[in-house]
Amino acid sequence: MKERKEASQLQSTELLAMYRDMVRIREFEEACPALYSQRKMGGFLHLYSGQEAVGVGVARAIHQEDYMIGAYREHGLILAKGTPPGPVMAELFGKATGVSRGKGGSMHMFDPEVRFMGGYGIVGGHLPLAVGMGFAIQYQEKDEVVVCLFGDGATNQGVFHEAMNMAALYRVPVVFVCENNMYGIGTAVGRASAVEQLYKKSCAYETPGVKVDGMDVLKVYEAVRQAATRARAGEGPTYIEALTYRFRGHSISDPGTYRSEQEKKLWKERDPIPNFGRWLVSEGKVKDTDLKTIDAEEKELIAEAIRFAEESPDPGPEDLWTDVYVAS
Amino acid sequence: MPLITCRDAINQALQEEMERDPNVFILGEDVALYEGSFKVTKGLLAKFGEKRVIDTPIAEAGFTGLGCGAAMVGLRPIVELMTVNFGIVALDQIMNNVAVIRYMFGGRVKVPLTIRSPGGAGNQLGAQHSHSIEAMLMHCPGLRVVVPSVPADAKGLLKSAIRSDDPVFFVEHEGLYGVKGEVPEGDYTIPLGVADVKRPGKDVTLICLSKMVYVCLEAAEKLAEEGINAEVLDLRGLNPLDLPAILDSVTKTGRAVTVEECWLTGGWGGEIAALIMEHAFAALAAPVLRVASADVPMPYNKALEDAAIPDVARVMARVREVMRY
Ligand SMILES: Cc1ncc(C[n+]2csc(CCOP(=O)(O)OP(=O)(O)O)c2C)c(N)n1
Ligand SMILES: [Mg+2]
Repeated sequence: MKERKEASQLQSTELLAMYRDMVRIREFEEACPALYSQRKMGGFLHLYSGQEAVGVGVARAIHQEDYMIGAYREHGLILAKGTPPGPVMAELFGKATGVSRGKGGSMHMFDPEVRFMGGYGIVGGHLPLAVGMGFAIQYQEKDEVVVCLFGDGATNQGVFHEAMNMAALYRVPVVFVCENNMYGIGTAVGRASAVEQLYKKSCAYETPGVKVDGMDVLKVYEAVRQAATRARAGEGPTYIEALTYRFRGHSISDPGTYRSEQEKKLWKERDPIPNFGRWLVSEGKVKDTDLKTIDAEEKELIAEAIRFAEESPDPGPEDLWTDVYVAS
Repeated sequence: MPLITCRDAINQALQEEMERDPNVFILGEDVALYEGSFKVTKGLLAKFGEKRVIDTPIAEAGFTGLGCGAAMVGLRPIVELMTVNFGIVALDQIMNNVAVIRYMFGGRVKVPLTIRSPGGAGNQLGAQHSHSIEAMLMHCPGLRVVVPSVPADAKGLLKSAIRSDDPVFFVEHEGLYGVKGEVPEGDYTIPLGVADVKRPGKDVTLICLSKMVYVCLEAAEKLAEEGINAEVLDLRGLNPLDLPAILDSVTKTGRAVTVEECWLTGGWGGEIAALIMEHAFAALAAPVLRVASADVPMPYNKALEDAAIPDVARVMARVREVMRY
């Protein structure tokens, strides 16, 4: 009852919902650079464009009451989990209506209502938190799962291995999803990891390692769905490597000269959104006009989110001192 | 003297020391191909090659430990931690190995390791990317802590750090890399543990380092218009600490304000205040006052962030307060 249906069984409405989520994320992310140069937002800005199929495939394969947690490239993750774009944009604007009340910013989005448990800025630092959440689920005998997303770079941190070991040892209901976009800032995977096939890294902990095409939302969906089933059955963690690509630099300030034009072009051709759209049409699942309508609606939704962020109030000066402790 | 940035001054020091001593090499995240996330290591890979300019995985504890081990058996590694925030991942290596090994083994080994890393706040980077850890580092016996402000100091101090037989944590500031200053040409060093009067004055001593030196200099200029003549003492490091210079200045002025970017509670200002009290109580006309970052995790919102970090106005207010005694 808890399990999502197999990818091949998904109906047009469900498939369209996935398409919509990916378009929403892309529209959101592509609106950011201009706003950043207008200084509406500050700090670091790591965009998710290109990786949408991973976040959306994950979120659609689990339930509202399941948890998601990620690193600092998480705008797309929190949107996929169901937070409306308004409060996410407001967070980037540093407004009091933002998901973290203007205190977190781009890297630190949080929304307990949809069980998005945060974006974290220290590479690898959030992996043990996911294990802890899985531990709590088990402790409380619930049938929820946690999906923890992180980059290829994080798999080289000691804490990655500590988390993998404990997750397997305590058989916690956690699904690890490595978004392998082939680079950690300017360093290619093969220059930082002795093992280039990152899915193999879980074998030392006897945790299944699965490699999927991260540019295909249904492939990600299916892999996560199966992993969540295992987790809920008490069979422990799964580790999924989703091969993907970020279409922009590491962050807004990165010119990204370490990647060849040829490589970028090849990956652009594998853009998860238009390809999925074309597939939906060619399979007769939807009409081309359905997609166009969604594109237009999502564009308007993001414009509305920007208006919301723009018109929202800033935190007050007194907010500097609030929420350091629960009781002041 | 040529006018160059802190970034270039540090780069020069690295190049000159690598030329001077083949045992000096540099390792860290994105230091080689990418030439550093702040471009401090620009040109090093081209000049010295992959053997001596090494990109590491994102594994701060691991490669800091690697640097420590290499130093124990004869090399002079320079570990670049991309920022001090990630250096916190390596604190175990720093506190349990780097700082204590020589003492723990009865002086039978030395650890000539230099760790370079920028810290500081001010770019809306939020709670996990805005740390200042000088005070925490100062807390560790066995570890030298060097913190330059101007380009000339950065170059001369880094050269001394690299040549030092003790482990040195060399704290740079993200907000200072683009700041220019006159830097002497060629080889020169500045000894560790020697403070520098950046502006002489007679009424009050502003004790500071790193980016706060600039804040204090600006505050001092404005205070001069109010008839308050402030001395700006740049500590240039916390270990060795130039206590004589602090005492000299305070004995002259009778008043002191410490200005730092670390949190107020447990910041280094409290330590300096205690030392002044212990050694020069009779010279004091007023209690030592402190300016430091607000005791909160750094907020993202610009106005809140500004309110959390010491600025010229807050330094001036504190000075006026200390002058009222
Ligand atoms: C512990 C730590 N070290 C270094 C950094 C600086 N840093 C930020 S992102 C990044 C690369 C991470 O790459 P990856 O895990 O592949 O994620 P991606 O950015 O590709 O999504 C680095 C080195 C950091 N944030 N945390
Ligand atoms: Mg990556």
